[in-house]
Amino acid sequence: MPDFLLNALLGGIAVALVAGPLGSFAVWRRMAYFGDTLAHSALLGITFGLLLGVNLNLAVAVGCLLLALILVAMQNNRFLATDTLLGILSHSTLALGLVCVSLFSGTRIDLLAYLFGDILSVNIGDLITIWLISLGVIGALIWLWRPLLSITVHEELAQVEGIPVNKVRTALMLLMALVIAIAMKVVGVLLITALLIIPAAASRRLTHTPEAMAIVASVLGTAAVGLGLCASYFWDSPAGPSIVLAATLLFILTLTKKQVL
Amino acid sequence: MNDATLIRAHGVGVIRNGRHLLKNADLTLDAGKIVTLIGPNGAGKTTLVRSVLGLIKIDEGKIECAPELRIGYMPQKLHLDASLPLNVERFLLLGGPARVNLTEIQQLTGIEKLSKTPMQLLSGGETQRVLLARALLRDPQLLVLDEPVQGVDVSGQSALYALINDIRKARNCGVLLVSHDLHLVMATTDTVICLNQHVCCHGHPDKVTNDPAYLALFGAGLAETPGAKPQVALYQHHHDHQHDAHGNVVKGTVGCSDSCEHNHHA
Repeated sequence: MPDFLLNALLGGIAVALVAGPLGSFAVWRRMAYFGDTLAHSALLGITFGLLLGVNLNLAVAVGCLLLALILVAMQNNRFLATDTLLGILSHSTLALGLVCVSLFSGTRIDLLAYLFGDILSVNIGDLITIWLISLGVIGALIWLWRPLLSITVHEELAQVEGIPVNKVRTALMLLMALVIAIAMKVVGVLLITALLIIPAAASRRLTHTPEAMAIVASVLGTAAVGLGLCASYFWDSPAGPSIVLAATLLFILTLTKKQVL
Repeated sequence: MNDATLIRAHGVGVIRNGRHLLKNADLTLDAGKIVTLIGPNGAGKTTLVRSVLGLIKIDEGKIECAPELRIGYMPQKLHLDASLPLNVERFLLLGGPARVNLTEIQQLTGIEKLSKTPMQLLSGGETQRVLLARALLRDPQLLVLDEPVQGVDVSGQSALYALINDIRKARNCGVLLVSHDLHLVMATTDTVICLNQHVCCHGHPDKVTNDPAYLALFGAGLAETPGAKPQVALYQHHHDHQHDAHGNVVKGTVGCSDSCEHNHHA
């Protein structure tokens, strides 16, 4: 196997592993649109990273974190419905990112690579970053598992039972921002949410407990990365979109199984 | 605050968007006593409950709380996304390590056969009993029950109130109850607080039901019940619909398969 393919596979697996549990929460808490909004802001992070000459992964992570915090603040004193708010932020940050990229960085960056991912160019440095963040986020999710599940079921009940709901909810958003920063390299800003949501949705029909759903989602995501990269290697299809399509294919396969609750 | 007092709220006011949702409300909750909040929709019942629970900030007054008070809370509704695979047992244990025996609580609330049932498949009455069980697992000193009989059929309602009454006696915990239905709760309640943004009247059920403020609020509803003795009206008349604040029938609540056969004959 050529090196670039091995790197791509390793990077993709790291992202798929963490996307399983995180994507499950995104599905349970209906955060798909939230994920999209964060992902779209990643492009803006790239621009500022290039302008300031800092590490791009770091710039994207910080950008997403900032947007996540702004969203938390705005949701707390709401004057617009959440989906309207997300719609405004999501598309305006994407538009701003596109404008900034073309104004400030000229031809220095490959816009398509950021929009649809560039997994085949993952190098050792990227791999280390991706695995560190992935394992870190998985660790945090395990540590926060019960509080996270508890606020997902009923926030007020959780608060009366002594769980610091706002802190836990903010932590989940920050973890999502971190994962988006690493997932961007794999599938690009436009397809990140797919990598979170689709394996988790496919896993739902196969499992009976929250933990099983998260783990099976990781497995399905990993399979999708493998299948997508194979397709890309043999048919020369774009890698990121192929991975998402592979996940969709797995999801469609699970539809043939009868729904269980 | 004396030893038996769990929570004392004094002059509580909650203002949102320049409007008083709740004004100058007093409330004392004691161990072993049941306090029932009644009042029309929008009267601030849930606002007062949420203030007591510390879920919302109050703008006026103060709430004193016994130190390290353990509260068991039964929320009005539980909406679980169908995508979350969660059975009853897992749901019960989400509240943290149980302080009392799980099996015992499951038997007490009559949900021992439901352990492996997905939460989304429970009926209204089963959901309420599971929520009650989760509250009890904390071995609470205070039970806060927000409309506990919602979605429960009529025979189940009185059973559930009887169960709450038994629990209060057995564990000597205080109970704060929110209710729409006066007849069922009157019999077991120690204090009724009649709320309409402010406390209209409060006291023992006998006293409150003769209070002019109470009659002004619930007069239309009472006119349909036989006599002025709602505390013994437990089975004399079951509505198959609900009234709004003006005594009009609330849309969508007419007719209920379980209550029809009881209607007016029980």
